[in-house]
Amino acid sequence: MAEIIQEEKGKKGGKRRAKKQSTRIDMTPMVDLMCLLITFFMLTTAFSKAKVMVITMPEKDNSEKPDQPQIAAFRTLNIILSEGDKVYYYIGMADPKKPPLPTLIKTDFSKDGIRKILLDKNRDLFTKIAEYREKRVTGKIVVADTTLDNEIKKMKRDDKKGPIILIKADEKAKYKDIVNIIDEMAICNIASYAIVDINSVEKDMLKNAPK
Amino acid sequence: MPKIKPPVRTPHIDMTPMVDLFSVLLIFLLLTASFRPQEAAVITTPQSVSEKTAPDADLMTIFISRDGKVYFNIDNGKDTSTHFRSKLLVKIGEQYKIQFTKAEISKFGTMSSFGLPIKNLKTWLNTKDSKEKEKLQTGIPMDSTDNQLAWWVREARLTNVGAEVAIKGDADTDYKIVKKVMDLLQDNKVNKFNLVTNLQKQEVTLKDVPPATK
Repeated sequence: MAEIIQEEKGKKGGKRRAKKQSTRIDMTPMVDLMCLLITFFMLTTAFSKAKVMVITMPEKDNSEKPDQPQIAAFRTLNIILSEGDKVYYYIGMADPKKPPLPTLIKTDFSKDGIRKILLDKNRDLFTKIAEYREKRVTGKIVVADTTLDNEIKKMKRDDKKGPIILIKADEKAKYKDIVNIIDEMAICNIASYAIVDINSVEKDMLKNAPK
Repeated sequence: MPKIKPPVRTPHIDMTPMVDLFSVLLIFLLLTASFRPQEAAVITTPQSVSEKTAPDADLMTIFISRDGKVYFNIDNGKDTSTHFRSKLLVKIGEQYKIQFTKAEISKFGTMSSFGLPIKNLKTWLNTKDSKEKEKLQTGIPMDSTDNQLAWWVREARLTNVGAEVAIKGDADTDYKIVKKVMDLLQDNKVNKFNLVTNLQKQEVTLKDVPPATK
């Protein structure tokens, strides 16, 4: 592509003519540089956008609502986050009036840790959504992205069997723990979860929990 | 008979139009690109699978550094003529009976995140040395006696009604502090948070579902 200016060999003994200089400028380096700059700018502008995770908390309302929906105790899964990325969970309610108190089971953030438990609890809904997605990937159904999102939202809303996760973090938990656990909710397609305050009964339970 | 050799000529392509095009593209990208402003503290965000991007404008960000210092930032809005930052500073000044000069207000309008008690704001705006400036950034106080962050949030909400709230916390910050900030935001009727995270893909398929035990 680049133009190579070939020098004509001067004939020996011949008359020396003034060399005709080419007025063309070789623009290749300039083009190279511009290409580089453009790629750089395109990439930096596209990748510098921060990713966010959206969470919506229930409105703080001090007045107690008269008709709070009753949820089955066996559907609730309590997750307690503690110091050093530790995750504890128990099923049901911890009510000191109704002993025995449930025991805390220790797990972690690994693939076989809390995720396995969540997937196990949420099997029906997860399978449903995964199959729907797979159908879309294989081309059995053709839907737009927004329709897919709406379908999944609808599936989550209609879910009546999946677990209700209550996320609690104690004083020593780190911010990344809470982000991780919300992330797990997204990965496992959990329909209903909430971040709630840890209560004193659970704090006591945590003291006796396996280290 | 010797053959007549035609002079060897290298093919030549005129690159001028290409250069023109590239220049136009380059200038366009340069002008449209918004450079990430320097942040008050180094924050390593936690990782998540979320692929949502933060909104470009109308965003109020609360930074929480590793040592628990809180910083605040709000942008000027989509329309640069709105000058949300300058308006906010005037309002906060009224609240705390601090008179800011015109130069200070316009300077504040072009800056980004900050984290310091309001009484130091004037000194901070007039300090030129970047090291001195950094020393002044001690975090916005949010004790119950003088909750300045709450005032910033409240006034920012009133200045830019449509602003969304993002929390950019360091992965190793204590949840206690993040919770305090969240509670504060909820007291100001902010119930939707954007937690800034780093994208890290994780694939979970049907195979990962443990087999039914029953």
